[in-house]
Amino acid sequence: MKASDFNYVCPSSVEEATSLLALHGDGAKVIAGGQSLVPALNLRLLAPEILIDIGRIGTLRYISVADGMVRIGALARHVDLLNSQEIAEHVPLLAEAITYVAHPAIRNRGTIGGNLAHADPASELPACMMALDAVMVISGPSGERRVAASEFFLGIYETALAPDELLIGLEIPVTAAGSRFYFHEFSRRNGDFAIAGLAAQANVRDGTVESLRLAYFAIGGRPTLAAHAAAKVARQPIGPAVIADAQSALAEDLEPHDDQQASSAMRLHLAKVLLERCMSDLVQDQEMKRKALQ
Amino acid sequence: MSGSADTPSGLSALDRPNSYIGRAVPRPNLTRLMQGRGQYVSDMTLPRMGHVVYVRSPYAHARILGIDSTDAKAMPGVIAVVTGAELAQVCTPWVGVLSHLKGLKSAPQYPIAVDRACWQGEAVAAVIATSRAIAEDAAEQVIVDYEELEPVTDMRTALDPETPVIHPDLGDNLAFERKLDAGEVDRAFAEADAVVDAEFVFGRHTGVTLESRSVLADWNAGEGRLTVYQGTQAPHMMQNIFAKHLSLEEAQVRVVCKDVGGSFGIKVHVYADEMATAALSKLLRRPVKFVADRIESFATDIHARDHRCYGKIGVMKDGTITAFEIDDLTGIGPYSMYPRTSAIEANQVVNLVGGPYTAQNYRARARVVFQNKNVTCQYRAVGHPIACSVTEGLVDLAARAIGMDPAEIRRRNLIQDDAYPCGSPSGLKFEALSHHAALNKLLAMMNYDALRVEQAELRQRGIYRGIGLASFIEVTNPSAAFYGVGGARISSQDGVTVRLDATGSVTCQTSITEQGQGSEAITAQVVATAIGVPMERVRVILGDTDNTPYGGGTWASRAAGIGGEAAWQAGKALRNNILAAAATILQADPATLDVVDGVVVDKGTTRQRIGLDEMARITYFRPDTLPPGFQAELMATRHFVPRQYPFAFTNGVQASWLEVDIETGFVTLLKHWVVEDCGTIINPQLVDEQIRGGVVQGLGPALYEHCRYDESGQLTNGNMADYLVPMAAEMPDIEVGHVVSPTLETELGAKGAGEAGTAGAAAAVANAVNDALSPFDVLITEIPLTPELILKELKRF
Repeated sequence: MKASDFNYVCPSSVEEATSLLALHGDGAKVIAGGQSLVPALNLRLLAPEILIDIGRIGTLRYISVADGMVRIGALARHVDLLNSQEIAEHVPLLAEAITYVAHPAIRNRGTIGGNLAHADPASELPACMMALDAVMVISGPSGERRVAASEFFLGIYETALAPDELLIGLEIPVTAAGSRFYFHEFSRRNGDFAIAGLAAQANVRDGTVESLRLAYFAIGGRPTLAAHAAAKVARQPIGPAVIADAQSALAEDLEPHDDQQASSAMRLHLAKVLLERCMSDLVQDQEMKRKALQ
Repeated sequence: MSGSADTPSGLSALDRPNSYIGRAVPRPNLTRLMQGRGQYVSDMTLPRMGHVVYVRSPYAHARILGIDSTDAKAMPGVIAVVTGAELAQVCTPWVGVLSHLKGLKSAPQYPIAVDRACWQGEAVAAVIATSRAIAEDAAEQVIVDYEELEPVTDMRTALDPETPVIHPDLGDNLAFERKLDAGEVDRAFAEADAVVDAEFVFGRHTGVTLESRSVLADWNAGEGRLTVYQGTQAPHMMQNIFAKHLSLEEAQVRVVCKDVGGSFGIKVHVYADEMATAALSKLLRRPVKFVADRIESFATDIHARDHRCYGKIGVMKDGTITAFEIDDLTGIGPYSMYPRTSAIEANQVVNLVGGPYTAQNYRARARVVFQNKNVTCQYRAVGHPIACSVTEGLVDLAARAIGMDPAEIRRRNLIQDDAYPCGSPSGLKFEALSHHAALNKLLAMMNYDALRVEQAELRQRGIYRGIGLASFIEVTNPSAAFYGVGGARISSQDGVTVRLDATGSVTCQTSITEQGQGSEAITAQVVATAIGVPMERVRVILGDTDNTPYGGGTWASRAAGIGGEAAWQAGKALRNNILAAAATILQADPATLDVVDGVVVDKGTTRQRIGLDEMARITYFRPDTLPPGFQAELMATRHFVPRQYPFAFTNGVQASWLEVDIETGFVTLLKHWVVEDCGTIINPQLVDEQIRGGVVQGLGPALYEHCRYDESGQLTNGNMADYLVPMAAEMPDIEVGHVVSPTLETELGAKGAGEAGTAGAAAAVANAVNDALSPFDVLITEIPLTPELILKELKRF
């Protein structure tokens, strides 16, 4: 388990990094925290000609809040998000989701940009970006562009990034006061990739739910917003009949896959269980929940 | 017969002043290991050392039509590319059979496949280069031309006439079959009030040692000597086997076993790639190192279990079990492993089913078949988890059939504590077990009745929790009956040498080995106690065939019981020699002297007469001052092997308390209890951690671990992300209690403790899951108990 030979370059700016990407094209791989890439290299699943290590571009490691927007640099590590007061305060869904990401050793090195650009369909963070309606900030030869999360994740390890583009950050609207969230995943062991998971954000008023965004992950090739199911519960008093209706609608929203941990039928079943637990959780007292978490 | 672990009851030879027996003293090797000063094979570098990487078959069964290594050989840094045919000139093949397992057959196995690969992962060529990375690069350039053959993968059809025979010379795919019929089984079933049966399915799993298999072989052509640095449990066995198959005298082979990062039975076998590494060193006349990477570990470290066992039990309304019957089938891969064979696990299942109980009617059949998957062999608690899961699953089924509490049916059928010595229908001899004392203690520890009340209350609220019990017996301290009688050159005796050094410290050489379980610590405790010196004055040397007495090593829960007794006897012998020398110096009667805390004292008092340092000084440097005719012998060696009983059986009982989420199928382990009886406890902390570690290694396969093969014989989850080893977060608190019934065959009285935890953990969990799901009329007799399996049984989707 030794990686094939590769060249290594360590740019000190985004401009340098993107020009290197333009120069090397498909032969290059960007490395940040390396938590997915290094195992793939050692297993020789990947054999890039050159690694572009963006780890020393200090300007990409930040978390800031301004003008109703939380901005996170691509090199912010999972542990930065975990420890961030800004994230806890303004994006509580993300604060909770990050605790499900792998183990401390991985969270200490893995970066949010690396996670999102890697686009593992079983990963928690892409689904959070969908639920939070986040925007990806991308730098390329012709400057910066912004892509909504719902347009960014295209398939297994596949994103809207062109080979000469670099994900440099993301923007998440500050979670509105009174907005509620739900996050849960089923994984065989603590820290494993999920076999089904749900990140949800909604406004809850008098036991009814509005603007619900249900982002499922580990079900199908990319994180998926369950729009049909969300429509079934919108502005309805939450009860067994409404939930059952929404559960049935999940079949239209999701394209669950088979693998060793779960069949597609089991994934759809778990998606329904998650939906029921999500709905009952959303209409419960969130303050109590937050306190219980602390 | 029983007492607490910390204070052995009654005065015995062990109750010497400053005794370390029964004390949780820290391990002497701890500081070194915690500082990262351990020395593992992968840490070692020798001049001119080459690194070998094996090109492995991607097919489960394929003929090798040709190997083109031209490009690989031309790469800078590549030393050689060697095929199976070339290596067969240096190393002879082996056949993994034992004569006492009648009818067991296997085919000759070569260090590297010669013309046919029989499992995915079998080595077909070796690439040796100046670094591992270069060897891996070159291995990608070795072009092997395969003709795919039909693989045999399903054990259930391995014996069908239309299934190909893997080794045509053997006639069929049946490696071994054993039948047993004791008592009057048919009559016992006919007369029973209820007869229940089930098929129990056990997935394949493996040991996943933290340190992978590693070997560094160094053939010194000038000296005519092969030194093999190897992570192994049995250095002398390996010395014999390297010599035999490389056509050397044993004296030409030295096996050195430094630190080892876990073994669990994985590192007690002869692996083709390790033999190939030694043969390559001889062929290339330079040191060659092989360190298995994690993928190679999953594909080639021995696997275990993979059984399908039909079981049947008869029971009377009063709870009396009338009979057990089993029909066990297991697939072992294409070869019986050498030299311990792959038939032992099935043989153990036949031996152990029904073992804790009084029922004397027992019929069994076990069939062991070849298949094109990785080889299987002995792994921690060989056969025990299967026998225990089948037995305890059947006992719970019987209890359910007659409406009796699971604890009560055990109470009515476990062999009484005063019934010993006695035997089992399969011919096992029990010296002294304590099933009832253990069960009573366990039920008290877990507060069984209150837990049942809590369970019933929670069930009303839609929370499904289960309690599972599992009594077990465990084979420890094996005599020659295990392997030696079958013709294997595997020592069942162990030896210990102790020497008083010139400063009064003690050097101890033992033939048992250390893989992290504390062999070194318990040896030091026993020797220090026997001689009468502080433990920190004892240095223990293990794992070197040039520098230790001949012996078996550490496996089958034998190190403390056998090697510990040899250490005890050697220590006593040295104390007597010390007293003889001291008496001569002091002009006293040796019978009036003793050694306490490194000082010769007047027996029964604390009056110090002469320190061991001063006595050693006189003995070694001024022997001229001693009387003529007196020769001090400050070195003593003793050996020990059990003779009276083929095995020192231990016993115990485990319980699991868990919750099943009936919507998701996920099982949460809440608590686990174990009460076991390993006789004299030398170090309670080490014993408790052996039990806990063993339990974890039983809980893994109960819920998570599974080597998954597809129909074409491809291992589909051979990595740490997909093969789920149990992690701390999933493990419950494990409470351990003891009953102490020392074996009278030794003065130390210690029996083994390394496998008890693994023996019964899965059975307790499976019974608890079925107990939790009892309102739903489902029965699950397959492990691992995955969420998908549970949801399917509950018909949730």
